Amino acid sequence: MNTISATKPTGAPISASPYVVAKHIPYARYVISAALIVALALIAHAFAVGQIQWLVVRQYLFDSAIMNGMINTIILTFFSMVAGIALGLASALMTDSQNPLMRSVSSGYRFFFRSIPILLQLLIWYNLALVFPRIVVPGIASFETTQVITPFVAALLAFGISQGAYTSEVIRSGLLSVGRGQVEAAKSIGMTRGATLRRIVLPQAMRVIVPPLGNETIGMLKYTSLASIIQYQDIVYSTQTIYYANGLVIEMLIVCAFWYLLVVATLSYFQSKIEKHYNKSNQTHSSRVENSVEKAG
Amino acid sequence: MKKLVEINNVVKAFGSFQALRGVSLDINEGEVVCIIGPSGSGKSTLLRCINHLETVDGGLIKVADNVIGYRLTGSVLHELPDREIAQQRAQIGMVFQQYNLFPHKTVTENIVEGPIIVRRKDPAESRAKAKELLQQVGLAEKADYYPGQLSGGQQQRVAIARALAMEPRLILFDEPTSALDPELVGEVLQVMRRLAASGMTMIVVTHEISFAREAADRVVFMDGGQIVEEGTADELISNPRNERTREFLSAVRA
Ligand SMILES: Nc1ncnc2c1ncn2[C@@H]1O[C@H](COP(=O)(O)OP(=O)(O)OP(=O)(O)O)[C@@H](O)[C@H]1O
Ligand SMILES: [Mg+2]
Repeated sequence: MNTISATKPTGAPISASPYVVAKHIPYARYVISAALIVALALIAHAFAVGQIQWLVVRQYLFDSAIMNGMINTIILTFFSMVAGIALGLASALMTDSQNPLMRSVSSGYRFFFRSIPILLQLLIWYNLALVFPRIVVPGIASFETTQVITPFVAALLAFGISQGAYTSEVIRSGLLSVGRGQVEAAKSIGMTRGATLRRIVLPQAMRVIVPPLGNETIGMLKYTSLASIIQYQDIVYSTQTIYYANGLVIEMLIVCAFWYLLVVATLSYFQSKIEKHYNKSNQTHSSRVENSVEKAG
Repeated sequence: MKKLVEINNVVKAFGSFQALRGVSLDINEGEVVCIIGPSGSGKSTLLRCINHLETVDGGLIKVADNVIGYRLTGSVLHELPDREIAQQRAQIGMVFQQYNLFPHKTVTENIVEGPIIVRRKDPAESRAKAKELLQQVGLAEKADYYPGQLSGGQQQRVAIARALAMEPRLILFDEPTSALDPELVGEVLQVMRRLAASGMTMIVVTHEISFAREAADRVVFMDGGQIVEEGTADELISNPRNERTREFLSAVRA
């Protein structure tokens, strides 16, 4: 912010001093920058002359199998995060409940699903039919387990449930960041517990919750590629299917990487938008001063 | 005079510590009662029991003939469900030492939150009413500010407007000026004085003895979880009968 120059009374005489501060020249920065540029140029050159058929990369960039794979990746990420946030919120609320059984269930849930590698969880859900050949809802319905647990369902269960265990901590620290006084003020104007949570506590907790949750969404986008080992047709699965056929391994992997970069960039953009939204109302005394200075200037 | 608040032999413990040891106090409609007393004497606890922010261990609190927080069957108290307690609290305003405005809402949004969400009033009407209330507390031009952009004294005046917006039968003040810089205390006390003069029923926990002397119909001195002495402001502050009251007052004045 331009606080100093803006608050300085305009036209005030600046007394001339015989002492002059020497201009600082950042030699080290120049040297490091030069070294970085050379290194980047060498890498670019290596890829340019390497055994990569860039035309093929371009040709497959919008291939329908690749696009379908990307859409499946996004769908799995989206629903896993939705499930993760719902379970995380439930688990966070249970952790702070008065009921000791609820607290233990919640902490057991977090311990269990954070301890088992996600790859293992995928395999367990996918192979559930080995243990329970049929899923029976007594008196209502009965299904072949293999019919119900498709690769998508298995992946959703694995990612959603384990994400909930992590998100629980994120949401809890968000809820704890909102002072007790806020809850008491809400109660004092006659708000119920539900309304207090929805209108007073959660909106303020979002400031703490959104940044880590954004990072976890981006992480989830990448983790879902593991689902390709249980035949879920995400973008990595599609990429592999294509290069098994045409043998252009690196070209296809570059196509795949391109799409991840694009989607992550998009997600990051929205993340920063959302963070700004939840920060805007939390102006402090100092930002008021800055704002008024900016307006005046 | 009609009785509005009836506090009957209220007992409250935190663990093994007795915070309230049988407090009884009646307050009439339109009355302004100041509660004074040393730190830890149970003033806040008593106030918080009146709108059920704290549960009680024994005794009874009635506001406008309704038992607060409990359903009385025979001589047994059963805690009411959340929704019914919320409805009772909607009639009892509270102003906190730390203001406790909602920082993510503007001044106007803070004031209309209760009327719109709890009372289900029309939003436009509520905003018009909020504007009036802001004028009353001298903050008409701050309607669209966020609490973080206001001074402590201004925040506390918004908090009073927020309580008033619910059209409460009674407002509880818990040391409303204790967190303020000395030069900001006056503006808040002035709003409270006007409120008192307008006939609002107020229970004020305060260290501002001069405010108590001026504005209170009655002053209550608490110590050790009990009411030690009560009387008109003049009686209690100028001619305290109890030894502990005298000690406390001379310590506060020193
Ligand atoms: N939630 C709580 N848990 C345990 N002890 C508590 C709790 N709230 C209050 N107390 C204790 O009860 C006693 C009375 O507290 P209270 O806040 O009512 O005092 P007070 O008269 O308002 O004092 P002050 O002037 O410092 O605000 C104190 O000793 C305090 O430590
Ligand atoms: Mg207190």
